[in-house]
Amino acid sequence: MQRHLISAADLTRDDAVLILDTAEEMARVADRPIKKLPTLRGRTVVNLFFEDSTRTRISFEAAEKRLSADVINFSAKGSSVSKGESLKDTAQTLEAMGVDAVVIRHGASGAPYRLATSGWIDAAVINAGDGTHQHPTQALLDAFTARRRLVGRDAGLGQDLSGRRITIVGDVLHSRVARSNVDLLHTLGAEVTLVAPPTLVPVGVETWPCDVSYDLDSTLAKSDAVMMLRVQRERMNAAFFPTEREYSRRYGLDGDRMARMPEHAIVMHPGPMVRGMEITAEVADSDRCTVVEQVANGVSIRMAVLYLLLGGNEPAVAHPSPTTTLASRRFAPTPAFRTTEEK
Amino acid sequence: MSKILIRGAKVLGGEPQDVLIDGAVIEAVGSGLSDEGAEVVEAGGKVLLPGLVDLHTHLREPGREDSETVLTGTRAAASGGYTAVFAMANTFPVADTAGVVEQVWRLGREHGYCDVQPIGAVTVGLEGKKLAELGAMHESAAGVTVFSDDGKCVDDAVIMRRALEYVKAFGGVVAQHAQEPRLTEGAQMNEGIVSAELGLGGWPAVAEESIIARDVLLAEHVGSRVHICHLSTAGSVEIVRWAKSRGIDVTAEVTPHHLLLTDELVRTYNPVYKVNPPLRTERDVLALREALADGTIDIVATDHAPHPHEDKDCEWAAAAMGMVGLETALSVVQETMVDTGLLDWAGVADRMSFKPAKIGQARDHGRPVSAGEPANLTLVDTAYRGSVDPAGFASRSRNTPYEGRELPGRVTHTWLRGKATLVDGKLT
Amino acid sequence: MDTQENPQPDQPSSDARPVLEGPDIARVLTRIAHEIVERAKGADDVVLLGIPTRGVFLAQRLAAKLAEITDRKIPVGSLDITMYRDDLRMHPPRALARTEIPGDGLDGRLVVLVDDVLFSGRTIRAALDALNDIGRPRAVQLAVLVDRGHRELPIRADYVGKNLPTSLRETVKVQLAEEDGRDTVLLGAKRTARGAQH
Repeated sequence: MQRHLISAADLTRDDAVLILDTAEEMARVADRPIKKLPTLRGRTVVNLFFEDSTRTRISFEAAEKRLSADVINFSAKGSSVSKGESLKDTAQTLEAMGVDAVVIRHGASGAPYRLATSGWIDAAVINAGDGTHQHPTQALLDAFTARRRLVGRDAGLGQDLSGRRITIVGDVLHSRVARSNVDLLHTLGAEVTLVAPPTLVPVGVETWPCDVSYDLDSTLAKSDAVMMLRVQRERMNAAFFPTEREYSRRYGLDGDRMARMPEHAIVMHPGPMVRGMEITAEVADSDRCTVVEQVANGVSIRMAVLYLLLGGNEPAVAHPSPTTTLASRRFAPTPAFRTTEEK
Repeated sequence: MSKILIRGAKVLGGEPQDVLIDGAVIEAVGSGLSDEGAEVVEAGGKVLLPGLVDLHTHLREPGREDSETVLTGTRAAASGGYTAVFAMANTFPVADTAGVVEQVWRLGREHGYCDVQPIGAVTVGLEGKKLAELGAMHESAAGVTVFSDDGKCVDDAVIMRRALEYVKAFGGVVAQHAQEPRLTEGAQMNEGIVSAELGLGGWPAVAEESIIARDVLLAEHVGSRVHICHLSTAGSVEIVRWAKSRGIDVTAEVTPHHLLLTDELVRTYNPVYKVNPPLRTERDVLALREALADGTIDIVATDHAPHPHEDKDCEWAAAAMGMVGLETALSVVQETMVDTGLLDWAGVADRMSFKPAKIGQARDHGRPVSAGEPANLTLVDTAYRGSVDPAGFASRSRNTPYEGRELPGRVTHTWLRGKATLVDGKLT
Repeated sequence: MDTQENPQPDQPSSDARPVLEGPDIARVLTRIAHEIVERAKGADDVVLLGIPTRGVFLAQRLAAKLAEITDRKIPVGSLDITMYRDDLRMHPPRALARTEIPGDGLDGRLVVLVDDVLFSGRTIRAALDALNDIGRPRAVQLAVLVDRGHRELPIRADYVGKNLPTSLRETVKVQLAEEDGRDTVLLGAKRTARGAQH
């Protein structure tokens, strides 16, 4: 793992398992009378949000505060800085204040990668969601939730999701959650199936490490987890599907469909849910739906990521180097965490 | 003006010969020509080509002089071996009246580095709604014969049809920027495997191909000719090949960057690779090279698109589209076409000088290197290899995708009507 | 185990010699268990907290011995001090170990911290900080298998298996059956390249 967390695709299996295991220990802090650790004392983390996302921001903020970091919240949305100048200028302004890490949410795909690789700043960069590209901490908390439920809290330590079948349903085309999850769940050994109307699957999906189906019903019985993605009603106007009703009928998860899932299977949702669209209230409020757990797990995962990125000395691995050749597929960062305790 | 003797130049890549220039005209081409009274340029086996002609340049003046001016753009052109460039109409104000095109044309003449032939807008303000005064621009001192809304597609089929018909009256040509606008809303890069992974809005090949298919059929129907700007996909090649086989009067250009670069580079999210039409796949690149070699694609045009640093030093979505190209075009063509054996130097002269001059009706340009012809020439050290250093560019902008990349070939001399604009790699 | 001063413990140098063998270790643990019972007046409220990794095994062994002596089940847990270390920024991040506090908590109890080697004292300082966030024991005591000296903080052990005078150029390595396949304490020469870190 490098000093930045930009994409779930950058994580090796061992990196990912280490993050999940670390999050499992972090989760125990929440059960203590004093829910705080001194680990990031004296470190400053800025939450740089160019898009509204209250839930992601407060999740990071809770994680940062539990690790005793100094937290600066910067909401760039609506600021008068013109588009394009704002990212570089804002980042440099923050860096001048002595920031150790930037947690960035941005509407433009690749903005965190640019921030991490353009030489604009030295701080560590954590991607809190960029455009329709990646949202790696969401994928990590989803994997964490799935591992707890499907493998077990303690039994899951050191384990991945080998052989687990996870179905992701909805607007894959516009979803950074789907992209991150396909990358990470595949790395963790899970078998991923994407289910969506063909209009909401990107051209080029055939190279992704997953299956694609247009038929939800045929996938339910063989799913250990079904992850429902939010579908924005506005998509209807751009002719991605004819009507809300037709979408719900073909791709929504209701009680009947949930009953056809295996008994142990869970329903996941990154939130916020559009009840009545992709998920019915009956499913959303059932015991099998992990949406509230996912929120709690988000704090543990973000604590783990912050600790593993910022808790040590200077990272052993430099910035990811952009590839410039025709053939290369990935930026191929190298894992750097020590997985054994140094004594 | 005194005489110049270029000694031992491989004219169009052939056997070394001497070329004697007298004033603005080539006086003689042969072996052992006398150097009496002549300044001698020892070519030493370099390749002598007719001055290059670029049918697709953005000079940005008037309006965006922070990125390029007619002066800096024509100096860049001379550095790259060009003696004529066609300046696109998307300036501020738009070159949609006789006044604007005459201004640009005159600035080119005054600076004297490279002839500037303005391209007129097809529609008023490039808005695609109402035909600009094409006849008036043609009759102006600039003598406009090429019309284009480049940067925008003339997407309304009726407007396109009318423009194709109208320019027949004076032998003009419409150069189409083929991009179906609805299919490319929010487009950021080629739609395919890489865009799916990066989460950047896709610019599908079909958005280009459907317009080209429509326009060649329109040109056939109204008996006009049409030129396709910066053709970028394998599918477009197939359509143009089909149209030509049917006898449709269509010509097409390809940019140097579409001959070399692919959308894999976008993985860096570095906006220096952001361009319109976007970088495509390796399969497209190979199809374009083949089409240029077999003549399906007629010419290389740079789509030289200067942008100031700040327009590229930002996140991908916010960045401007375009790359500078005048000063690296010949090197990229050597790398992709000559050194690969697809084209010889006579072929390069054809694709980068003869044909573009013919399409654009630049009568003094794209002429054979022979006695009595205008002395528009460029001398190329084809044995050179070096890495591209944008700091040395004459262009005001530095947005090249080739920074640090090693490319072959270097233009050492350029003559515009017998006057040296570039000597030993230095602008005069 | 004093992790900060002992950077290369897993591979004892070839010239390392045993200073305690398996039977010695069992004997000193028995002695410590008796001392705890004696000083804690029956060990009624004792909670043993081992510091990972080897301190946890020692704590479990001590708990078993205490159970034999007192005929009662002695609560035993683990206390990971990683997040409280004062040298976090001198190394890449470490994987966390488990903190497991016995069910009844620590409030009002006598907590005996258990570790393998006492050296600079910094691990114990971190452990005291960690305890502070978890509960309020009546008192805290420290049991170690080996005290090798060279304290950097005003900390001392209440129960010591063996006092082992060492040079700073030496390393002390505790091996336990649960982790290493055998019980032994090795004394060897420090490897110079890694010693520079401190």
